[in-house]
Amino acid sequence: MMALHSMATAWNAAGTNPAMHIPDGFLSVPVSIIFWILAVIGIGIALMQVNRELGERQVPLMGVLAAAIFAGQMLNFAVAGGTSGHLLGAALAAILLGPWAAIVVMTCVVGIQALIFQDGGLLVLGANLFNMAIVGVGVSYAIYRLAQKIAGEQRWAIFIGGFAAAWASIVIASLSCALQLAISGTSPADLAIPAMGGIHALIGIGEGLITLGALVFLYATRRDLLKIGQPQPGGSQWVLVGGLVIAVILAVLSPLASSHPDGLEWVAEQQGFIERAQEPLYQIIPDYVVPGVSNETLATILAGVIGVAIVAGVALIIGYGRRRRLGQTT
Amino acid sequence: MSLHAHLLDPYHHGDSWVHRADARVKLILAVLFILISALTPTGIWAVYLLLLSLVWAAVLVSGLGIRFLLKRSLLALPFVLAALPLLVSVDGRPLAVVSLGPVTLTISQAGLQRFASVVLRSWISVQAAILLAATTPFPQLLVAMRALRIPRLLVAIVGLMWRYLFVIADEALRLMRARAARSGHPEQADTRVGGSLAWRARVTGGMAGNLLLRSFDRSDRIYQAMLARGYDGEVRTLPSPPITPVDRWTLVLGTTLLLALLALGLVLSR
Repeated sequence: MMALHSMATAWNAAGTNPAMHIPDGFLSVPVSIIFWILAVIGIGIALMQVNRELGERQVPLMGVLAAAIFAGQMLNFAVAGGTSGHLLGAALAAILLGPWAAIVVMTCVVGIQALIFQDGGLLVLGANLFNMAIVGVGVSYAIYRLAQKIAGEQRWAIFIGGFAAAWASIVIASLSCALQLAISGTSPADLAIPAMGGIHALIGIGEGLITLGALVFLYATRRDLLKIGQPQPGGSQWVLVGGLVIAVILAVLSPLASSHPDGLEWVAEQQGFIERAQEPLYQIIPDYVVPGVSNETLATILAGVIGVAIVAGVALIIGYGRRRRLGQTT
Repeated sequence: MSLHAHLLDPYHHGDSWVHRADARVKLILAVLFILISALTPTGIWAVYLLLLSLVWAAVLVSGLGIRFLLKRSLLALPFVLAALPLLVSVDGRPLAVVSLGPVTLTISQAGLQRFASVVLRSWISVQAAILLAATTPFPQLLVAMRALRIPRLLVAIVGLMWRYLFVIADEALRLMRARAARSGHPEQADTRVGGSLAWRARVTGGMAGNLLLRSFDRSDRIYQAMLARGYDGEVRTLPSPPITPVDRWTLVLGTTLLLALLALGLVLSR
């Protein structure tokens, strides 16, 4: 039983990076929709590229590696005082599989975490996919390749590049997450951005160290998997540029937004304004009040009564049905 | 070793009306439910209560038990921290003043309303998602994803991932057991752990590398096995089963009910 318990803890720790998987309700509907569109475009391009590169091998390779990244998130190590560091895996996936396949793999991981394990919401899944699958992979790939372009194929360039890529993927993704929360009007920018960035600058060290350890291991055992000096998949240079642009924009924009939150507040206010502007649409029902319901308090009480009645009614029907079935069997 | 990771699959087998409903209908209704609760304006408690009672009624019908639902629904709780500043950052009629050392914070009524709305909406939404995952077997969810026009390739990869997730999770658990046998339990705060922080991280990194390496090899073997059985790169799926009249009516009635609740919320918020 103890073993099962510790296994469940390990499983729950898997991917439970609670500060990164946004649940439903925390982002406004327009923000959710915008990031769904961005995520769908990014993933669509990645799927097309993967289709061209890997051909028929892609399904087993990416399916199993998505499972491995998911399961790899269970691996943790003690940091201090009961806290532990564990893996997100976007950087490792990007280094081992190239950017396009890594986006697809992370999409599967993040999607299943939301759909099956409620780790992150469904309506906000687009935003979570954007942060972890697209920003996480894009930024880490860009930094890893940049380190190799600068230092050639030196051993230290691979290791330091890998560490930096993993650290940056976590920090930049968390900044993106904080900006989404700020634009939605859920968290004030001057608090969310430093808090998220600060926490994830620490969490990112854990990610970086594990990624570094994995690279050291793979460098010693299967250097061919690291694809050092081999041609990169087509269109990768676009990911390199795009990842760097995202990293620079978010790294520059975030401190600006947190020291001058007015801009974001303005966006949030505009959204509130749009919501208010929608209201006249419903005023076609002129000054109409729900029949017999004079005000909102009464409506709440009424809703409470109806809700209790529904739940109690269903419970009674089920109880009755079960008793009858029992009566029939005996 | 009799413990396997598949025990953690959230699907709970049952034979209720909710279990039997078509996965496509359930997925659409769950997403619509979450969308409606997100669109309901701040502070319309009446609609939140009705939405909550809808989920609870469905949970009762499914036979999962409210307690199971409530326990799992606390998962998203840590994220509440992100919305906490709303309490003090929104201007409005002051309710209470909290002084934390040199800082004095004023909790406003509007702030409390915004905060409670975010938390409630999030809590209601996660319950709908739990109900979906706990009453729908994964293969049916794959069919539902196909019906929602998610690319065939992505659905095939997700399907294969699910097939091997528990195999590889078992492998990860074996790696962790081996480490625990040699260097103490890292997940318990009170036990001593060996080595320096960097050393522990490197060991864990080695485990991650090892897991990926084994998975690469495994995917190769799977590919060979697929080729041996006639795989030609084309992902083929069985045709989706037809939607029964009962399921169609469930979809129509559910959608109507949810839209009516949204309309009620908008009327009340005026």
